[in-house]
Amino acid sequence: MAIRAQFEGNNEIGVFSKLTNNYCLVAIGGSENFYSVFEGELGDSVPVVHASIAGCRVIGRMCVGNRHGLLVPNTTTDQELQHIRNALPDSVKIYRAEEKLSALGNVIACNDYVALVHPDLDRETEDLLVDTLNVEVFRHTVANNVLVGSYAVFSNQGGMVPPKTSVEDLDELSSLLQVPLVAGTVNRGSDVLAAGMVVNDWMAVCGHDTTSTEVSVLESVFKLSDHEPSQIQTQMRDSLVDTLS
Amino acid sequence: MEYLDSGGSSNARQQHYSLICCCRCGLHIEPNPTNMCVNCLRSDVDITDGIPKTSALSFCRGCERYLQPPNQWVKATLESRELLSVCLKKLKGLNKVKLVDAGFVWTEPHSMRIKVKLTVQKEVMNGAVLEQTFVVEFVVQSHMCDECHRVEAKDFWRAAVQVRQKCDHKKTFFYLEQLILKHRAHRSTVNIKPMADGLDFFFTKQDDAKKMVEFLSAYVPCRFVTGRELISHDIRSNKFNYKHTFSVEIVPICKDHIVCLPQKTAQQMGSISQLCIVTRVTQTIHVIDPCTLQWAEMSGAQYWRQPFLALVSPKHLIEYMVMDVELVSERDKPHRPRMSTKHGLADVYVARMSDLGINDQQFHCRTHLGYLLKTGDTVLGFDFTNANLNHAHFDRLKTDKVPDVMLVKKVFDRSKRMRRRKWRLERFDGADDLDTESVTRDYNDFLDDLEEDQAIRENVNIYKDPAKVLVEEDTDDEGAPQISLQEMLEDLHISEDATGGEGAPMME
Repeated sequence: MAIRAQFEGNNEIGVFSKLTNNYCLVAIGGSENFYSVFEGELGDSVPVVHASIAGCRVIGRMCVGNRHGLLVPNTTTDQELQHIRNALPDSVKIYRAEEKLSALGNVIACNDYVALVHPDLDRETEDLLVDTLNVEVFRHTVANNVLVGSYAVFSNQGGMVPPKTSVEDLDELSSLLQVPLVAGTVNRGSDVLAAGMVVNDWMAVCGHDTTSTEVSVLESVFKLSDHEPSQIQTQMRDSLVDTLS
Repeated sequence: MEYLDSGGSSNARQQHYSLICCCRCGLHIEPNPTNMCVNCLRSDVDITDGIPKTSALSFCRGCERYLQPPNQWVKATLESRELLSVCLKKLKGLNKVKLVDAGFVWTEPHSMRIKVKLTVQKEVMNGAVLEQTFVVEFVVQSHMCDECHRVEAKDFWRAAVQVRQKCDHKKTFFYLEQLILKHRAHRSTVNIKPMADGLDFFFTKQDDAKKMVEFLSAYVPCRFVTGRELISHDIRSNKFNYKHTFSVEIVPICKDHIVCLPQKTAQQMGSISQLCIVTRVTQTIHVIDPCTLQWAEMSGAQYWRQPFLALVSPKHLIEYMVMDVELVSERDKPHRPRMSTKHGLADVYVARMSDLGINDQQFHCRTHLGYLLKTGDTVLGFDFTNANLNHAHFDRLKTDKVPDVMLVKKVFDRSKRMRRRKWRLERFDGADDLDTESVTRDYNDFLDDLEEDQAIRENVNIYKDPAKVLVEEDTDDEGAPQISLQEMLEDLHISEDATGGEGAPMME
């Protein structure tokens, strides 16, 4: 299911947190409310970790990760890296990437199997991605935008792309990623999807401004609702199938 | 309200996007910068927010003008560009949006409402440009402008010229009208009003009125007196506010009047006979003695030194039939200092038109119309034998100096002349109403006079009448005078120097 949250009055949830199937990183904030949202929802199954990267709170934009691993930029201090390593499960591989595009979260979007990356990303980083996250890497743009990590968000169940993505792009991306994709918005019409929400295979957290329509769209595409598909979901699915075929 | 392309996305236009859900209502829409459907956006933002939807226009009923703030009054018809600009200037907040289109929505003129449909564009969030069309209603409020206020307060003229002639016809004023039109002397008048015996001209400045008086005294024999009325004054600064009135009296003598000159005047004018016919009144009064062809002219000053009234006006003339004409030979002509060569002295035998078939009474008279008359012609004359005239100078005249009949003018067929008239005159605005039969007759008489006398014609602009020039001329004319085509103007104004060479050359 999808829940709404705010980080110190800010709706850009994806900037201040990183959610995967195996762990969750949240920024260190003045109030513990934001942390509690994740803690309360994820419970014991997944560790929720307070973290900072290179002294910044915008951890969601700085790092990229999935169930298998986590890549942090080379500006991350040893202390921070040590803290994250201590807090995360042992199965998660953590590496620092020597990459000039250091906001890794902005240039890489991934689930547990595939990753979309910025076309100018280093070859070494790509290799590191393959090794660490166990993903297949595709260099691609989304809606003519190279910052795929900011604009596109997808889990193993489905994905969302900005509204300006053409139908041909959508088809190509969804055949690359092997998940159903839909064009949508969060935070009352914002098309910077990854900044406005975080998602894993069973839950999503989005900004407080996200309307119920947007929530229902993202619940249906990320298959987050517990019960059988509702009317709107079947309709959505129909239109999805329409656009895909 | 609708979206516009906000630059740079021209190639994206050809691409075909998948529909997204409007983030507010879930409607399937094409993606746009706000990712909202039009209805949701309209409920969210209103670009016409700062623009009032109702306003008021001030309209002066007196002069039918609209107030353009702060204090300009402009003439504008309904649904005109001028009115639209007045309306738009009344709207505040139009500078914050881009005005794309404006036009009127038709409203009933009597409703005193004007509706203007505006289309405006404005950039809203994320660079999306919204276009919205809305209607602003203006209430037309009656508001008297300053000028009309002054008119209502009877405060609008400072000087008036009252022109009067104690005469039983209006021909002089038709002539004056033409003079004024030719010289554009009425430019500074604020109003021209016809009165019982003449015209009133109104001016805002005393100088303009003086100019008009000078103009009149240059062209017609007249005299004037001035008067003034105190409107207000300020004792402290010794300022006085007057209204000035110039009363101009034109001599009551016109063409074709028979006059009896005072003895002294007649002596001064070369011992002319006292009984004369007025041939023309321009700046001076031209008289001719029909028995001797002696002529004289009298200036206005000379007239006012010893004023006299006309003895006989053209109304009292009766028609005679010419029975016989005999031109007086050069030898037998009396010798006088100034004799007209244009006229022919003749001995004429005439019979009253009313006597024809009743008796054979014929009258003998000498006339100056010898060149014009033929046996069988009709002529207008005055019958002194049956006249009962009350005139101080005439009563003192010896009876042997009074002829039986005095012939004044030849009669031409009026309807034929009017049909052949290929010209027309300019008139004052609003003076075209020849309202009564007598005024129409006077006007036609004036037109006849113009055809007969070149000297008067010189002061008048005559225009070709395009409606009549093509009419085929009938050949059997009886010699009625006409105006040649050379003297007519196309509809353009050639201003000649009318002050030079007036009466003199045609009388020698």
